[in-house]
Amino acid sequence: MVQTEDGSTPIASGSRCNNSVIDDVYKDTGSLFEEPSAMTTGTYVDEKERFRTLATLQLPRLYAISRRLVGDDAEDAVQDCLLRAFRKFSQLEDESAGPAWIASILINVCRDRGRYKARHPEEVSLDDVEEFSLYRTIADEDPFPYSDSLHLDFLHQFTREDVHHVLLSLPEIYRVPLVLVHMDGFATKEVARIIEAPLGTVLARLHRGRKLFERKMWDYAGESGMLKEVVS
Amino acid sequence: MISCSQATKQLWDYVEGAVDGAQRRVIEEHLSVCRRCCGEVEFAEELRGFLAAHGDTDLPEEVKVRLTSFLDEL
Repeated sequence: MVQTEDGSTPIASGSRCNNSVIDDVYKDTGSLFEEPSAMTTGTYVDEKERFRTLATLQLPRLYAISRRLVGDDAEDAVQDCLLRAFRKFSQLEDESAGPAWIASILINVCRDRGRYKARHPEEVSLDDVEEFSLYRTIADEDPFPYSDSLHLDFLHQFTREDVHHVLLSLPEIYRVPLVLVHMDGFATKEVARIIEAPLGTVLARLHRGRKLFERKMWDYAGESGMLKEVVS
Repeated sequence: MISCSQATKQLWDYVEGAVDGAQRRVIEEHLSVCRRCCGEVEFAEELRGFLAAHGDTDLPEEVKVRLTSFLDEL
């Protein structure tokens, strides 16, 4: 497998075909792409069809996760995931675990893409974020003076695209656990297994990710003119 | 009795049910006398639901077609 200087898997950017990945996979697992022998034709076709069934059913979920993790690169990331998953499909012993298995491959693809793009990850000071409370900030700043449900009105200002924008502004190490746990219903233990981090690390990142998300929501609301009286 | 600052740091975990029994009692003792932190808890629950509700992303038809044909070519 070809790797970049930082150890991540190289991805062709902006390409629907992802040719570099295809070439890479072809080199690694040429036998999967060659004409199967007469002895193995039945097994190969059956395996390919079972993979296709699994992948087709999971496409909406894979695309949704991918959108939240890598934004506009979602489609390329899903393609890369499909290639990697197809290559490893014969190793999947329990096909009832297929949905979680293919999702975990996608998440690692997205993480690789994040590392590939962000050679200089965003430095974030969490000191002030730790003390930040969106609830108290809204109450103190009172952006909608005539509202009877100030906090709910604040949340209702956000469209799906706004939430998407805020999520993508979070550093990947916080975005991944936040998205997987709170939007895709993964258990924290499952996230720890997928990203190969201790459970305590995942819980700490989740906590900071939530605080940072609150802070970024407030900043975004001010910058995008959602607040009737913009406050600093 | 813990302070508001100490309680606030744990409220999401409290909402998630991710604090142990002893710590849970400490937080609830604070909540029993602090109206503002009760508001924090309610808002954390709202925000949790808000995130879950914004989890769905439609798979655009043209993307579905491209990904399906990509699968066919594997």
